[in-house]
Amino acid sequence: MLTPQLEVQLIAVIIAAACTLPGVFLVLRRMAMLSDAISHTVLLGIVLAYLISNSLASPLLFVGAVAMGVITVWLVEVVSGSRLVREDAAIGLVFPALFSLAVLLISRYAGNIHLDTDSVLLGELAFAPFDRITLWGIDLPRALFFGSGALILNAILLALFYKELKLATFDPALAATLGFSPAIIHYGLMTSVSLTAVTAFDAVGSILVIALMVAPPATAYLLTDRLPRMIGLSVAIGVAAALSGYWVARWLDVSIAGAMATMAGIGFGAAWLFAPQRGIVAQALQHRNRRERFAVQMLTLHLLNHEGASDAVIECHPRHLIEELRWQPAFADAIVRRAEQNGFIRRQGEVLCLTEQGRALARDL
Amino acid sequence: MIAERMIELFTDYTLRNVTIGSMLLGAISGLLGCFAVLRRQALLGDAMSHAALPGIALAFLLTGQRDTFTLLLGAAIAALAAALWLLAIVRTSRIKDDAALALILAVFFGFGLVLLSYVQRQPTAAQAGLKSFLFGQAAALVERDLWAMLAIGGPALALIAIFWPQVKLISFDPDFARSLGLPVRRFEVLLTSVIVVAIVIGLQTVGVVLMSAMLIAPAVAARQWTNRLETMVLLAAGFGALAAFSGAWISALGERLATGPVIVLAMSALTAISLLIAPERGLLWRRWRLMRQWQSGNGE
Amino acid sequence: MAFAVEIEDLTVAYGDKPALWDVDLRVPQGVLMAIVGPNGAGKTTLLKATLGLIKPAAGSVRIYGQPYERQRRLVAYVPQRSSVDWDFPTTVLDVVMMGRYGQLGWLRRPGRAEREAALAALEQVQMADFAHRQIGQLSGGQQQRVFLARALAQNAEIYFMDEPFQGVDAVTERAIIHVLRKLRAAGKTVVVVHHDLQTVPEYFDQVALINVRRIAAGPVREVFTEANLRATYGGRVAILGANGSAGAVTTPTPAPGD
Repeated sequence: MLTPQLEVQLIAVIIAAACTLPGVFLVLRRMAMLSDAISHTVLLGIVLAYLISNSLASPLLFVGAVAMGVITVWLVEVVSGSRLVREDAAIGLVFPALFSLAVLLISRYAGNIHLDTDSVLLGELAFAPFDRITLWGIDLPRALFFGSGALILNAILLALFYKELKLATFDPALAATLGFSPAIIHYGLMTSVSLTAVTAFDAVGSILVIALMVAPPATAYLLTDRLPRMIGLSVAIGVAAALSGYWVARWLDVSIAGAMATMAGIGFGAAWLFAPQRGIVAQALQHRNRRERFAVQMLTLHLLNHEGASDAVIECHPRHLIEELRWQPAFADAIVRRAEQNGFIRRQGEVLCLTEQGRALARDL
Repeated sequence: MIAERMIELFTDYTLRNVTIGSMLLGAISGLLGCFAVLRRQALLGDAMSHAALPGIALAFLLTGQRDTFTLLLGAAIAALAAALWLLAIVRTSRIKDDAALALILAVFFGFGLVLLSYVQRQPTAAQAGLKSFLFGQAAALVERDLWAMLAIGGPALALIAIFWPQVKLISFDPDFARSLGLPVRRFEVLLTSVIVVAIVIGLQTVGVVLMSAMLIAPAVAARQWTNRLETMVLLAAGFGALAAFSGAWISALGERLATGPVIVLAMSALTAISLLIAPERGLLWRRWRLMRQWQSGNGE
Repeated sequence: MAFAVEIEDLTVAYGDKPALWDVDLRVPQGVLMAIVGPNGAGKTTLLKATLGLIKPAAGSVRIYGQPYERQRRLVAYVPQRSSVDWDFPTTVLDVVMMGRYGQLGWLRRPGRAEREAALAALEQVQMADFAHRQIGQLSGGQQQRVFLARALAQNAEIYFMDEPFQGVDAVTERAIIHVLRKLRAAGKTVVVVHHDLQTVPEYFDQVALINVRRIAAGPVREVFTEANLRATYGGRVAILGANGSAGAVTTPTPAPGD
């Protein structure tokens, strides 16, 4: 028997993993903002299904919510397909309208039931262990049961359609000519996103659904170039954000979902700054090195172009480099020294001359 | 009864504040939102309005004030910080703008929740109402808030009016503007700040979640009716105010109808109608013209 | 000899890749010059760096002997048609009037003088009848002529044009060429990024062959030789055929080592 504390962590980990799997493809296909739209509008599906079935336990709620997620994507496509509105604006038109409708329907017709708009956005993971169901004699939190279901389903879908997803993501035209309908793959993915969002947002809130779908894959994308590794890393990062967020929240006694989203953001920020090859720091170091190497090449090329010309004495004077190539004096000194050390140039009095090696370098460029 | 209510919107003190406040918001955000939509930054408003939440909570935590101005200043700073980080991410990494938008939206909002839950444990009674920024609380608008809206929105509108030719050129063709020697970067910062202003004004009325609709929908609706930027901007302001008025009115009629969502729904309806029937561009209008052509073609 | 444009040691890099390497280019006053080279050769980059739209890693640009920043008003720019959103809510006349904004100053509004200058420019490209149309309703060639009119409204001395002949109809092509010749007759200088090798000798006096580095530049008769073209294109025939011209002028054979 698990303690509630362990159960909450287990739920968080499973939901994080379930969200990241479709999230990887949302990020790669540049559709991340659809997660924003879907995770809001599924509420309308739930409300409508509730008003029809009059029961919060009806499976219709789940079906309605998933369908509404897919309908949202379809509506965005209809609006942007009219060519009157660009796609980003279409997303910004569709989901606030559907979400407003949901909020109003709740406050008007379902205000007395457990469908609180705050908890939809914010989630309350701490309460998840108290909402339990018994299956095959095992007593489980509902969120754990459904979260595992979504995770398993997403994993199976990924395993089955990995090749198709990969192809349709990187080369939709080729995928279409090979007979894999991009529309089917697109709507399949959106169904999976919608289903995961519905499962997850009850426990963690719609905003954390977005954070878990987008932040770990975006972080992983900064760390690797290979799709399988990106998927694995995303899941690991999502799980790490969930666990660390949980403990930070317990330590400071703050919102668990909020802390998890924050940790996911901190993880991304760290990768953005310090990723081995793509991070800001690594880029700055590479940039400096490249700038110097580049400047040495430019110097040899400049000398080659003016070699033997009548104005060579002026053009090949170190002072001229400061003017002509817009170099700072200190930088020009450093570059001349570096070129000299590498044996590309030598000084003849005041004038710089190419060595054979330097001439070869310049010709090769 | 319905008509009486409509008069009350302007005579009853509380209702008047709600009505005028909402209309101000609708007009200002409608007008300024045009630039977000035309410069392909429609969803930036969504990300920035969510990102304003931690700013509100931090402003409260640092100053202990629940004064509108302080909180909105915090909101503006957080929203701008989010926009800057977003630009930096897109410019310096391989992350595309959709992922950066979603990430920043969710992370800032999550951090806002952390702060909010921290604030709520504070013993002071003053924390009450911070949550109203989620969906807005138009009913709580007081006269001071209206003046605050004008004080923030007025200068933004004035800047746009003063630099109108430049703003228009930079929205259409930034490269050409740069070749003329205009300080395009500075104008881009100005236009982003102006959107922040619109968001900050809207937070009290429609809240962070629905704010993006008030930026995008009036601009999209207005675009369908005109081919001139000048007309579009004024029309968007008019649509925004109209939607806000009908929202305030409908929610004053019905019980338990929050003003913010009603305004957004009214605006969405206006937009849908515009997309369908606007002359030249509307979908139904184009279909109707096609049918006319087809019929007159058959008649000959 | 007076040079309208003097580009010296211009070097531009995007990240790892140098897009332009140490390019020197002098454009004499009163000529039509084509900038020619394969895709990715840095033609547009050369134009944008010259206009200060991209920050070069090194090099200088002088306009009539003065730094570019001081001579901005003498320069007009025709960007690629695809660089803007043609669904932007504005009219043809409005777009052409934007050409006057550089001279307008900060607080003044465009008035009657700007209107008349814009209408005159539209007249020159035979688009006066379209002055009040929405720009999205124009054909590709008409859009190109609007951009050309905007540059004419700038009333500059030097015109930089980025692929003005790209994907336009025959009427537009003739209209553009007519305008270019009139500009030359008026002593103006025109630099055009150009794709179609076949029309170079017919349309232009001078040509610059670019492939990251400057291969050659000068009068068309002297510079537009098979050897130079082969050096520029590396003997890739596909590029010559790809611009849709029936029968390329030269069919260079692959250069050794390409």
